[in-house]
Order: sequence, then structure tokens, then C-alpha cells
Amino acid sequence: MNWSKYSAPQAFYPLAGRLIPWFSVMAVALMGVGLYMGFFVAPTDFQQGESYRIIFVHVPAAWMSMFLYVVMAIWAGVGMGLNARLSFMMAQAIAPTGAMFTFLALLTGAMWGKPTWGAWWVWDARLTSELILLFQYAGVMLLRTSIDDMRRADRSSAVFSLVGVVNVPIIYYSVQWWNTLHQGASVSMSTGSKMAATMLMAMLIMTVAFWLYSIAVILARVRCIVVERDSLLVWDEKPAVSQEVVEVR
Amino acid sequence: MNRSSMWEAVSGIVKRDLLLAMRRRSDAAMSVFFLVIVASLFPLGVGPEPAVLRTIGPGVLWVAALLACLLSLSRVFTADYVDGALEQMVLVPQPLAVLVAGKVFAHWLISGLPVVLLSPLLGLQFGLDGEPLGVLALSLLLGTPTLSMIGAIGAALVLGVRGSGLLVALLVLPLYVPVLIFGAGAVTGSMAGVGGEANLSLLGASLVLSLFLAPWATAAAIRIALE
Repeated sequence: MNWSKYSAPQAFYPLAGRLIPWFSVMAVALMGVGLYMGFFVAPTDFQQGESYRIIFVHVPAAWMSMFLYVVMAIWAGVGMGLNARLSFMMAQAIAPTGAMFTFLALLTGAMWGKPTWGAWWVWDARLTSELILLFQYAGVMLLRTSIDDMRRADRSSAVFSLVGVVNVPIIYYSVQWWNTLHQGASVSMSTGSKMAATMLMAMLIMTVAFWLYSIAVILARVRCIVVERDSLLVWDEKPAVSQEVVEVR
Repeated sequence: MNRSSMWEAVSGIVKRDLLLAMRRRSDAAMSVFFLVIVASLFPLGVGPEPAVLRTIGPGVLWVAALLACLLSLSRVFTADYVDGALEQMVLVPQPLAVLVAGKVFAHWLISGLPVVLLSPLLGLQFGLDGEPLGVLALSLLLGTPTLSMIGAIGAALVLGVRGSGLLVALLVLPLYVPVLIFGAGAVTGSMAGVGGEANLSLLGASLVLSLFLAPWATAAAIRIALE
């Protein structure tokens, strides 16, 4: 089977359309299972009580936020290297979802921080680097929207995401060293392997669910981008849709 | 291509940019003046207690230096982009990244070096003295070229884009975070008696890394802008 034919937006459009329902259904199902396990099955934490349960949303969201930035940069790099339009479209489609997860991680972190640390915001290394990651997502999206020429918008934001991917680990470590220099590790949350098995399980299920959700949403957004960029030429399986669009035009 | 022709091209660009800056001295003076004003506003806002000023001094001076660098970024490429000189630079046989490095070096000589030279004076305003004052100047000497290098990427990306002045700030400021942390950290460390060597080394490492990577990214951004 020749997979490379799906690098053409025309071929990818119907494929994405067929895949979206599968990923959406699996995402919703796994999210239901993960949240049920997280809220009802997982034991109450000995130190933090019930408030720790936000981690079933918080940790997967934080993972996704960083992972999606790398994926976006990879698509941007592929686009630059192979000059493939669909790769740039993928990079464009990933940015809002990544920014959403970054915001979600910050929001849930603040909600967890208030009862646990007694403050909505602490200049902890992870929080700070997550905030700067949000700024970088914003930069990628703002740069794209400020440039009218589509080809230049694609390539400029690709260069910026690639620069950012070099910078993210540097920011992470610099903030970590800065923090330890100033106030010591008073707010470290090094649970990790010490977690109960059901907690870890619920968290992993939520991560997979967020993953599937991201794929579904990104594919849907890529379809919109394809339609938008190729001035409403809809290559759908159903001729009725394109008929409708033609009539509207 | 031999090495001497490359060197000639770079030194030619540096000389040209310095000459242009000398013809318009007020442009170069503006970012230094901005730094002095911003640094002088903080004591007025925070209060004149020497202990407080000493604590916030390194951070304030570093943030002010960072903003001064940011304001001068539009001058790196914009004029050459408008009058077509940048297009000629893309066409010459020497690699664009090398020419870009020359332009960034000239930019640093015009807007970064004055900041470094002036910083001990501004440090005195904030009650720094002795070793921290030297560390402040040294950290700026190592850090401001990195700021120019990273800033040039942003400046090239927003060439001819609407709202470019604000956009370049949004793009570049997050990238400046590590330099700010290392730079201010070196001064704070030397004030606390633990020494600034670790942070100065990290600043040096950032400079080397940006010298290696930033010209390529800037050159790519220029080519995209000129397409």
C-alpha cells in the first residue's frame, strides 16, 4: 500500500474524515473509564486527601502540552524539509490544541495548588516553564495570523517552532536551577513510582484518552484548514456536501 | 570560496553598519537612554530603601537591558529590507548565515556594548558595589551578544509583517528567559557570597550555542521573508 499518497490534502481529507469518529469514540470511552477510576476507584491520598484527584487531568494535560509542542515542531521540520503542504497544515492544527492543554495544565495546577500549597500560583520550576511554553504557543499562533501570505506564514512559524523546541529544555533547566538557588525544593511533588497502582493506571488511561482526543480534534481541524486554504473545494465522500457548498458559493 | 573573501565580506558588513550608525548617532543613543530612564524609574516606584534596591537591582537592570535590546531589534534588518540591500546580501556568494553574524555583531557593538559599559554606573544607583558591580558588567558582556543573536531571529521573522514591533517582543521575550535567569542569577549569587561563576559559565554556554545556531535560523527566516 502506498501511504505517501495521503500526503496530498485531497487524499488525506476523506481519510481524516473516516478516522475522526473512531478516535472520538475511543477518546470519550477511555476518558469515562479514566475519570471513573480516578474519582471513585483510586484510594484517597494519605497526605493530600481528595484534592490530589486533579492530577488525573493535570498530569496528562501537562504531558500532552509538551509532547504536542514537539510533534508540532516535527511536522514543521518535515514541512520545511520536504516542502509538504499537509505537514504545515498539521503543525497549524496542532498549535491550538497544545495551547489548550498548556492552559488546562496551568489551570488545574492552580486549582490543586490552592488547597495544597496555600497559593494559586507559586514560582515553581514546572509551573514557570509551563507558563513560558504557553507564551511560545501563543507566539507561534500570533506569528501565523500576522502574515497574510500563506506560504510565508507556514514557513515563518515553522522556523519559530523549531527555535522554540531547542529553547524549551534550556528554559526548563534554567528555571529549575533558578528556583533551587532561591528557595529550595519546598514544593517538590516527587510522587512518581510511589503511587498506588490504580492511581498510575487511571493516569495512564487518561493520558491515552487525551492522546486520542488530540488526534480527533487535530484531524478535524486539518480538514477545516484544507477546505479553507483550497477555497472551499470539498473532496468529501458524500457528493451532497460539495453540492451544498457549491450552491452556497 | 576561500577564507579571506568570507572575512572581507563580514568585516565589510560590520564597517558599513557601524558607519550607518555613526551617521545617525541619535538612533543608537536612544536605546541606551531608554535603559537609563527605565532603571531610574524603578527606585521612584519601589521606594528609596537601599536594602530593597539592592535586592531588586540585578533583576531590574537585566530586564531593562533586555528591553533596550528588544527596542533596537527593528534596526537590524528593516532598513536593508526596505531599500533592497538585504536581497543583495542573499545573492552574494558568501553564506548568508556568516553575513548575518556580521550584522548581529555590528548591532551588538551599537546597542549592546554601550549597555555593558554603562551598567556599573546604573549598578551604583541600586547600591551595588565591589565584586557584584564587576559581575554585573561581566554578565552583561556575556549575555547581551546572546540577546542580539536570539533577537535577530525574531527580527528576521517579522520583516514586513504588520504590527511587527509588538510581535517581535512577543516572540523573543520568552526566548530571553534563560539569559535573564543566568545573568541576574550571577549578580545575585555574587552578592550572596556564593559567587557568580556557575551562572557566568552558563551564560558563556548560551552565547556559544546561540553563536552556533542563531545565524542559521536567522538566515532561513530572511530567505523566507524575501521569497
